[in-house]
Amino acid sequence: MPEPLLHHDEHRDDEASKLGIWLFIFTELLFFGGLFVTYAVYRYAHREAFHLAAQELDVVVGTINTVILLISSMTIAMATTSIQKKDKRTTLILIWITLLLALVFLVNKYFEWSGKIGHGIWPGSPLLEELGRGDTLFFGLYFFMTGLHALHIIIGMVIIVVVLVRVQKDRITFDNFQLLENGGLYWHLVDLIWIFLFPLFYLIT
Amino acid sequence: MSDKTHHIVPYRTYGLILVLLLCLTGISVAVTQIELTRWAMLVALLLASTKSAIVLAIFMHLKFDQLVYKVMAIFVVLVVLAVFVLTFFDYGFR
Repeated sequence: MPEPLLHHDEHRDDEASKLGIWLFIFTELLFFGGLFVTYAVYRYAHREAFHLAAQELDVVVGTINTVILLISSMTIAMATTSIQKKDKRTTLILIWITLLLALVFLVNKYFEWSGKIGHGIWPGSPLLEELGRGDTLFFGLYFFMTGLHALHIIIGMVIIVVVLVRVQKDRITFDNFQLLENGGLYWHLVDLIWIFLFPLFYLIT
Repeated sequence: MSDKTHHIVPYRTYGLILVLLLCLTGISVAVTQIELTRWAMLVALLLASTKSAIVLAIFMHLKFDQLVYKVMAIFVVLVVLAVFVLTFFDYGFR
């Protein structure tokens, strides 16, 4: 095993860094866990309305976004492999692909949301008030949970851009790539949440 | 040093895992589009749980990491499950 190239002025603890991001991921899981409990309770209380309201959502768009996130999760995971293989070029390409897929996800989300808003469905819209409490709750949770998820996508993209720049400038290298791994872990969290949002909002009708 | 914990996962593994995840997604879409009512919900949630377990184990490297991460992750999942169970002990019997 070659000695890692450490300088005197470098203070690094990769393991602690990883532990930190994991603790953050756990708080996020509990945060979204609470929202999923809310969803479950209201679905239980308004079964019929949730059933009908869920049919409003486009399964095709939901499926495309699921596929996009799964692929982007793979590309960022592959980047941790390529950086360890000292393959900077491949690492940069993989990070770029991840970033572009994230953007496509957001564009899809934009069209999906504007479609809903175009049909008079937004939190507190007159149409929802007419439709009743069950629909109001379903779409309230839909906008809040997918919106919060989209916010996580945006934050994830910022992190990925930082990682991209640092790989480019050789600040992230084969023996110092914890930031890339942590950014990847955050990105997988975003994927993880979507894995549950997708069936709960789009599939189960 | 940090080297001992870093297991380089081959590209192939990630590729195969992606194919597996896409297959599971396809199955959950197919199952819920065919009207199986009650079962569809259960199957979709079971598939989602399987998918997230695979993401946690391989993409997030839990499988190759130290035990402490696995223990913590399992603990968090159990906490969320406990909240679900306790909530429905309340709502289920109203």
